[in-house]
Parts: sequence; C-alpha cells; structure tokens
Amino acid sequence: MAESATIAESILDIRDLTILFGGLRAVGDFTMSVPFGGLYGLIGPNGAGKTTVFNLITGVYHPTAGDILYQGTSLVGVPTHRITQRGVARTFQNIRLFQNLTVLDNVRIALNTSAGYGLLEGVSRLGRFGRAERHLTERAQELLGVLGLENRQLETARNLPYGEQRRLEIARALATEPQLLLLDEPAAGMNPTESESLMELIQFVRESFHLSILLIEHQMRVVMGICEWITVMDFGQVIARGTARDIQNDQRVIEAYLGKRSGKELGVYAPSS
Amino acid sequence: MGKARRLPTWVPTGVVAIALFVAVQYLAQSGQISTYWYRVVQLAGVMAVSALGLNLIYGFNGQFSLGHIGFYAIGAYGSALITKDYVSQWSGGQYLALSWMMAAQSGVLLLLLITRVARFASWQRRAREALDEFLRPSESGILVLVPMVLALAVAVAAAVLATMLLQRGLDAGLTALLGVIGERAGQNVLFVLALLNGGTMAALVAYLVGLPLLRLTSDYFGIATLGFAIMIYTALQNSDMVIPVMKGARGMVAIPQWTTWGWVVGVLAVVAVVMRNLVHSTTGRAIVSVREDEIAAKAMGIDIAQYKATAFAFGAFFAGLAGGLYAHLMSFLHPSTFNVVKGFDPLIIIVFGGLGSMTGTLVASAGFAMLIEGLRVLLPQGFEDWRFVLYPLMLLVVMLLRQQGLLGTKEWGWFAAPRPRPREKPSPETAVAEEI
Repeated sequence: MAESATIAESILDIRDLTILFGGLRAVGDFTMSVPFGGLYGLIGPNGAGKTTVFNLITGVYHPTAGDILYQGTSLVGVPTHRITQRGVARTFQNIRLFQNLTVLDNVRIALNTSAGYGLLEGVSRLGRFGRAERHLTERAQELLGVLGLENRQLETARNLPYGEQRRLEIARALATEPQLLLLDEPAAGMNPTESESLMELIQFVRESFHLSILLIEHQMRVVMGICEWITVMDFGQVIARGTARDIQNDQRVIEAYLGKRSGKELGVYAPSS
Repeated sequence: MGKARRLPTWVPTGVVAIALFVAVQYLAQSGQISTYWYRVVQLAGVMAVSALGLNLIYGFNGQFSLGHIGFYAIGAYGSALITKDYVSQWSGGQYLALSWMMAAQSGVLLLLLITRVARFASWQRRAREALDEFLRPSESGILVLVPMVLALAVAVAAAVLATMLLQRGLDAGLTALLGVIGERAGQNVLFVLALLNGGTMAALVAYLVGLPLLRLTSDYFGIATLGFAIMIYTALQNSDMVIPVMKGARGMVAIPQWTTWGWVVGVLAVVAVVMRNLVHSTTGRAIVSVREDEIAAKAMGIDIAQYKATAFAFGAFFAGLAGGLYAHLMSFLHPSTFNVVKGFDPLIIIVFGGLGSMTGTLVASAGFAMLIEGLRVLLPQGFEDWRFVLYPLMLLVVMLLRQQGLLGTKEWGWFAAPRPRPREKPSPETAVAEEI
C-alpha cells in the first residue's frame, strides 16, 4: 500500500473513527486525511460505510470512538448546523432539496446565516433589510448562474429534471460558503457522458471557490480521472489508499469489487453486490 | 423590458382590505345588517388572527399542534384580568393586574437570559456526568452539582427580586401615565397593553412549553400539545381557587366590551403584515425549510430548534391576541369555550384554506364563520343542528377532491413572495455548466 496520503497540511483529519450500530461495526478504525485544496475520493462497494462516514463528519451520527479534526478542531459532538457554519457543506446521495420551494429559495435558505439582518428587521422591513435582502438574492442568482440554473430560479425544485436537481444541490451547498465540500455520489443515476461533464464541473467549482472536496463514489471509473488521492473502504474499514494508479493495481481493491477471480475489467463494471 | 410597469402588489390588497372594512362598518351603522351578523363578522376576524398563528406553526413550520386553543385561552383570560381591573379594581388597584403581569413576564425573560448566559446546557451535561460518577462509588462527583444548584438559586432569586422591584415601578408609572392622558385615550392605551400582554403571555408559555415538546416530531408533538390544551382547560375550570375573579367553571363575567370592528380589523391587519413580512424574510424561509426537510435544513446551517421555537412563539402570540379580542367582544369567558373540540376550529380553517397560505386562511376564516351561522339561517326551523352534519360533510368532500385545501400554498397579491429582480450584470463565470 503506497503511503502517499501522509500529507502535512490537511483540512480534515479523521483518526480511528468507529461507530457501532447495536452490534454492527458500520465504520471501524477509519483513518483519513484530506489535504487543503485537494480533491479526495472515498470509494467502495455498496454498504461499505461511505455515507456513514459523511454522517459522522457532519454530526448526524456521533462516533463511538475516534476523532474528527477539521482545521485542527474537533467536530465530535458539534451540532450539524454549527459544523456547516464552520465551513463543511454536503450534498446527499438521495437528493434532499426543499422540494416545494423555488430554486431561488433553496439557495437563499442556504445563504441564511450570512444574511446580515435579523428577525426584527425582517418583520419591520427597516434597517438593513432592503439592502441585505437584495444582496442575498443577487448572491443566490450568481451561484445559480455559475451552475447554469439562473433561468430556472422561479421553478419549483421538484419540477427540475434529475441532473439539474443534482446541480441545485451543489449550488445550495456552495451557498453556505464552505471550505470543505462533501459530495455523496453526485453522479448516481447518470450515464457516462453526464457523469464525465459533472466531474468537469466539480473540478471547475473546486478551483473557482478554492475548495477542498471529499467525494464519495460507488463506481470507480468516475473518480479515477479527477481525484488526486483515493481511499477505498469495504465493510467499514480502509482496505487501500493512494493515487488512482496505486488503487487500480491493488489486489484487495480488485477483490472487493470483483471477487477473487478476475481484475481485468476493473473500472468498467462495478457489480452492486 | 417593453412591458408596462405593474401596479405594486400592496395596492390591490390594501384596496380590498379597506373596502371590506368600510363596507362592514357602513352596513352595521346604517342598520342594514343585524347586530347578530355584525358580531359574526367580527368573530370571523378574530378567528382569522388565531388561524394565521396556527398556520405559521403547522402550515409553514410543519409542527402539528393541537394546543392552539390553550394559547387562545391564555390570551383571553390574561387580557380580561387586566381590563377588568381597570373598570372594577378587583385586585384593589386599577393597574395592579397589568403591572404584575408585565413584571412577571420580565422576570421569566430575565431568568431565561441568565440561564442562557450561564450556559446551563453544558452545566447540565457536567452535572449528569457527575451524577454518573456519584452512582458509581467515587469520592468526587456530586460536588459539581453544588455550584450549579447555587447558580440556579441565585438566578431565580434575581428574577424574583427584579419582578418585585419592576412591579412597583410599573404600577406607579402606569398610574401616572394613564392618569395624565385622560379617560378615553387611557382606555385605548390600556386595551392595547392588555391585548399585547395576553399575546406575550401566550408566546412566553409557548416558548417554555416548546423547549421540551418541540423535540418531538409530527404526531407525537400533536399528542403532547393536546395534553397541554387539556391542562389549560382544567386549570381554567379551577382558576377561582387561585384568582377568585376568574370564577372557574362559573365563567368570568363583566369584562368590558371594548372590541369593535375597527379593533378587529386593526389587529388583523397588523398580524397579517407581521406574518407576511416574517414569511418573506430569512427567518420565514428558515421556518419553511424545517417543514420541507429537517435534515437538509440542518445541513444548510439552519438551527432548526431555534426556528421551531420562533414559529411556535409567534403563532401563540397571534392566538393570544385573538383570545384578547374575543374576551372583549363577548364580555364573558367560560372554560367550555376553550375545550379541546373548539380547538379544532382553527385547524379546520387552515387545512380548508391551504396549509402554508395566508390568503387561504383569511378567506377560509370568513367562509367558516359565515357557513356555520349562514346554515343556521338557511336550514328550516328545528333543523339547525344539522349544520354540524352538513359542514363536516363539506369538509369530507373538499378533502377528497382537493387535499391541499382551497389555495394550497398559493398566495394572492401582496401576500405572495416578491418577485426577485433579475440580476443586472451576469458574471463571466455564468453558465459554464450549461451542458450537463
């Protein structure tokens, strides 16, 4: 196993993370470091515990043991909304938009914490309200523009086609002004061309917003092209880590994905166990 | 653009509101509608205030509350105690009830503030850990509880002391102020203060009750708030044991009849404006996001506990205002007015009008009052009670044909979200992702 993932400057440091659900060890002794500005992939077969790791980072679950350090401070025990306010944003595997609201409002809600006016100003429409609200709306429109959704802003979120819903989720996550973006299978349900252009978009977003990105993906091929480092997990544990090339030749990864017999078609077809 | 500038939305909405107000006022004064129907119209307005509050809690925030009638009752009795004091000095002074109520609320707020500042939450955790230690044989542990109990005692003492001091000052101040401005103006000021106090009492109780209850979700919250409403009902039936003038199950009488159509419309207008502005602000959008998806809301940095409490307190505040108007419209209060079955009226109104639609609530409130009373007139003699068969039937039909209610979440005129202006200068980054 190539230890190229020993990076000094890391935005996220996960150490010996463990969570038990009853007797099930969903994640066990999980260790990982995401470097500043990196695009880091977390892959593994279905049920490997990838989303559980995300839920642990964002405070949805509390770990049984281990620590999660974000820019040097622990995130364990911090409520989800505070973690977001500290600069960790996420998207969801099964899209979780505010379905009945407009596209614009979906993004404006995510901009809430940086709105700059309070309850009383909102109710009375005095003080900073007018200016702040206009600024907020413009910022939301700008973000929608970046993701190519600006002409959809008054549409109800549930009426968007699938690919646009995925992009809206990313726009919404960006609105919280993150430094670390967690993407949970953004390419799920997309065909190869679609997921390829999505990966281009992710690259673009990382550069223009100066983000570090942690990307969960089920299909290996999708991340091979863009992730600088990859951690592979299976049954809640790290089975390999390294660059895309290291991973592709790792015997344990091949076994995890394809069983023990063949490794030739790795990256082309990933059976859903 | 090329298009003609559209009328600002507040113009047609304002015109309709003023027209309704003037029409009813004219019809009543010229004797074209009976005092009975005049009262029905006023009751419809009172209903609308209360129903708007429930719509904020259930329709916008998604918290299924069956306790709304309890807040309505708190507002009704709270404000009635104040105005009755003014006309009959049941407490031994004109403003004692008012000054005590204001002081007590300030005291509770102070206590909340102190506990907030003192970070009792983390203390609680430490205390729990200490207790665990204590139960497992170990010499330290329980000592951690001592500073917490001491701090709590000091906080309560400070709040009580502040309440007593404030009450004296308030009583003297109110006597002086209301004595100076004269009988007529004094009465109006007192009425406003009474209504506001009824509302803030309800809001404060809602906040305190909400602290434990708002952790529950959907149905469980509904059942718990139902329990709250029953508690209030029982307390009112036995209220004469604490405050004799409330008369418990015999009903509180001789409350000054100060509510007029003007007051009803005035309060309704203020409530509608406040609610509309609230809904179309960051706070309102956060409140709605909690209804839509709590997990996603949290992930967007929304403190959902805070916004649930805000919506609950605002909704209860509106219910309290409505209760105050009701008390001074009827001049008589009886616990049976606030029983749980009556509590379903605002629920029916908001579901009928559309959960999450202010316009729908306003229309449905008027419709509901007119329907109940109108059927009384339309049905032949001896069949009046059939209206409680007919209107539930209409509800059944509406629910079968149109579950989202009359308006769903749609709004009309000024109540609708302001249309965002399109951005002037698109940034160079725009639309790179168009191809996906």
